[in-house]
Amino acid sequence: MKKILEVNGLSKIYGSGCTQCIDRTGPDCDTNICPKCGSVVAAHDLSFDLYQGEILGIIGESGSGKSTAVQTLYFDQAPTAGNATFFDGEAQHDLFGINKARQRYLANHRFGMVYQNPHLGLNFGISAGGNIAERLLMSGEMRYDAIRARARQLLTRTEVLPERMDELPKNFSGGMQQRVQIAKALAIEPPLLFLDEVTTGLDLSVQASILDLILEIQRELNTAMIVVTHDLGVIRLLAGRTMVMKYGRIIETGLTDQILEDPQHAYTQRLVASSL
Amino acid sequence: MTDRPVLKIEGFSKHFNLHEQDKLIPSSHNVNLEVFSGRLTALVGPTGSGKSSVLNGIYRTYLPSSGRILYTTTKGHMIDLAQADEHQILELRRKEIGFVTQFLRFLPRKPTEDVVAEPLYQKGVSQTEGRKLARELLAALNVPEQLWSISPATFSGGEKQRVNLARGLISIPRLLLLDEPTASLDATTTDLVIGLIERLKDDGVAILAIFHHPELVKRIADDVVELSPPLIAANTDTELNP
Repeated sequence: MKKILEVNGLSKIYGSGCTQCIDRTGPDCDTNICPKCGSVVAAHDLSFDLYQGEILGIIGESGSGKSTAVQTLYFDQAPTAGNATFFDGEAQHDLFGINKARQRYLANHRFGMVYQNPHLGLNFGISAGGNIAERLLMSGEMRYDAIRARARQLLTRTEVLPERMDELPKNFSGGMQQRVQIAKALAIEPPLLFLDEVTTGLDLSVQASILDLILEIQRELNTAMIVVTHDLGVIRLLAGRTMVMKYGRIIETGLTDQILEDPQHAYTQRLVASSL
Repeated sequence: MTDRPVLKIEGFSKHFNLHEQDKLIPSSHNVNLEVFSGRLTALVGPTGSGKSSVLNGIYRTYLPSSGRILYTTTKGHMIDLAQADEHQILELRRKEIGFVTQFLRFLPRKPTEDVVAEPLYQKGVSQTEGRKLARELLAALNVPEQLWSISPATFSGGEKQRVNLARGLISIPRLLLLDEPTASLDATTTDLVIGLIERLKDDGVAILAIFHHPELVKRIADDVVELSPPLIAANTDTELNP
């Protein structure tokens, strides 16, 4: 088992920040807004690792900082502090130390991201197939036929009718848009995939089939994934290990079955007790 | 049989700290035991003496409160499972330690044969090979063939338990934890299960098991460890947290 990602002390503060931001926010203070300067401490001192082919769950309510964690790793946001190392075969990349061009290269070639909101992950101005083609082009594939064939294959794999590949994403249902997003993210077979609330807001049956798809893909490609969700069911189904976040802090981390059966922290106990 | 135990537990205790109710619930208390290759150690004791908590503690579904759980790996390394890193535990679960819980937990929407073959898939065995072995085991446990291709969600208690057993036994672990594996089975099926367990012992599997019936313990256990009755819940804080 090889480590693929190591994150140390990752923090993100929105606002000017002050000397009291850290002391006066977090689960013990019941807020992530600094009462002195009004800055939002979205995430503070997150440290964790991820191994090849592993699925790590991050669970927490809105404002817990779980999305911030993956957005900084995918370079959507710049962190305020901390570092992260991506281990890619023999190479190591200091994610927040490399320049923007290198970051873009990694995001395009080695990472994938699926957002809750398909508008963030898909270009709505071009067709479903075009979205996939875009990602293949960014990663260096230039042959039209090869791109078309690969897009068709990916859409088939994610159970989108390939006959619809030339349609615009807006013509698709929410569940189908997520499938196209997944197909796009997978186009380059990234070793590391981030999934941010990908099933939130979908019908239960559609949720189930998308979760099944994610699991199958993880098996086939041995993709390491970080799954962000507020849904214990998603964690139970997908994640081997789970981190629980609240007000920007990791309050508990452990094997998923242990988090669910023997939660240690008062908040996690309440969370598990209130799940349906 | 080798002299060195596969598993040696020293002073294991588990209690639950329920923050919301501000309660400390005692479970296992000062458990000491050894499990050897090719032998079955039976855990006995009254309800509430924390038998299942011992198994859950070894598998790390529960976080042990105190004590050492010394496991010797295939490669001869000794690991304290109570302290081991989560990645290490996941690796051991995948390769060496099997757990048949009382209740079947399974991936929804998967056919029974895949639920059973799951531990093999995790080891990288192909679906064709995995299903073949799963079918053999399901047949050996008298699970009707027409059920193999559907999800166990709608199965009876006894059927679910046999599916659970089949999954636990399929990959021939080094250490097998069994929590009342025959609780809801009839006499004939129980005999089948006992036969399978005997075979695993012959294969050198170290087994730690809880059985509902004392006569089963007599029949199949090589060693018996009796857990003391539960502590009284009130005012045990000092005793539990010395």
